[in-house]
Amino acid sequence: MSTAVVEGKTWGGGNQPLKASYGKMMMWFFIVSDALTFSGFLAAYGFSRYKFIDAWPIADEVFTHFPFLHGVDAPMYYVAFMTFVLIMSSVTMVLAVDAGHHLNKAKVTLYMFLTIIGGLIFVGSQAWEWNTFIKGDYGAVQTKGGNILQFGHYTEKDGEQVFKRVAVRDFAITTASERTQHERKNGLWYVDEAPLPPYTVGEVVEGLEANEDILVRTQIINEEGEKTVLSRAESLRQIKENGKLVVEGANLKVNEYGSPLFADFFFFITGFHGFHVFSGVVINIIIFFNVVLGTYEKRKSYEMVEKVGLYWHFVDLVWVFVFTFFYLV
Amino acid sequence: MAQDHKLEIFRGLWKFKSNTQKIWGVLAFLTFVTIIEVALGIFKPESLMGKFLGMKLLNWIFIILTIVKAYYITWDFMHMRDETKGLRRAVVWTAIFLILYLIFILLQEGGYVFDVYDEGYIKRDF
Repeated sequence: MSTAVVEGKTWGGGNQPLKASYGKMMMWFFIVSDALTFSGFLAAYGFSRYKFIDAWPIADEVFTHFPFLHGVDAPMYYVAFMTFVLIMSSVTMVLAVDAGHHLNKAKVTLYMFLTIIGGLIFVGSQAWEWNTFIKGDYGAVQTKGGNILQFGHYTEKDGEQVFKRVAVRDFAITTASERTQHERKNGLWYVDEAPLPPYTVGEVVEGLEANEDILVRTQIINEEGEKTVLSRAESLRQIKENGKLVVEGANLKVNEYGSPLFADFFFFITGFHGFHVFSGVVINIIIFFNVVLGTYEKRKSYEMVEKVGLYWHFVDLVWVFVFTFFYLV
Repeated sequence: MAQDHKLEIFRGLWKFKSNTQKIWGVLAFLTFVTIIEVALGIFKPESLMGKFLGMKLLNWIFIILTIVKAYYITWDFMHMRDETKGLRRAVVWTAIFLILYLIFILLQEGGYVFDVYDEGYIKRDF
């Protein structure tokens, strides 16, 4: 055979040395780049955490809620449920891919539908999780240096002294104040003022003085892996000298659970992941309708289902890591 | 296509009759691992609180279990097990190398910044 013929075979197209179609391979390489994006975010989270290693919020104390169970301390159960929902929708996705290999249109339709439902449940759960986090539960005082001081008191539980958190709204004494929120209609028309905090530091100080048993807890983690609780005298001193702002809940600027960076990364990383889930659901819906319309039936190939399947599994894969680094470690 | 799936996991310890069965088997395994993680996260056994290479033993266990889960999601749900060696290496090794490099640099730097705050003259406890 002459060289020209061999070259024609090698470079003439139609070769698949990796035995994967162009589309599937490009989906894989897109996933690699997206994985690197997520790693960048998670590694940056790790950086900030190492930077404040002795004062980082403890996830078990932050995410303690479960829908419809008010006041019950249930750390982790809800995220465990979310993780399971996402793994389950991964399973229905891979079953759809498998049914596609057998050109079984009815089964692909059913499994794609279940996958979409799973994705929607997950996005909904995440919205609930965000809402709970933004609203917060106990409130705290931010100091001049940006540290967070929380409140609580010791109670007897099974013969042991346990530190139990107390909400700011339960002990702060409201006093009459002439300070009102500045609005465009009653002040400068070109500036806005953010809503005023629910209580002033002065009101918290009064409440603290009136309740002998309430102590301040700082963010510093002690040798037992717990946050340090100050003595009564030191509690009063800290609030009076350094207290600056009463915060409730978390947003991009303040965070009642500790370092604002924790909230920033939480919103950014779970938000970016949630956006992936959302776009995954949209793509799944498009493919679902293509399946129903028989597009792939006519093509005699369900490879398109396989490609979105790869994306969907990747979203699940990322969540496995987010779950570990935000909730477990 | 359907017949070229590799139907065994755990290096052949667990064989399946069909691809569908393998999927359910992997789901069972992933659920099992997640339950262990959540149980460890809730009870936090005292014995696992010791430090190992600068991190709590429990955290090492979490990270290893996560990588195990990631392996089975990639290999069985994303069918990496059935791809050619070339594709598998191009995807997995590239990602692993770059991610390890990034993690090393950022965590090293984060630890250094912590030391500066901790031992230096910068005050942030106020």
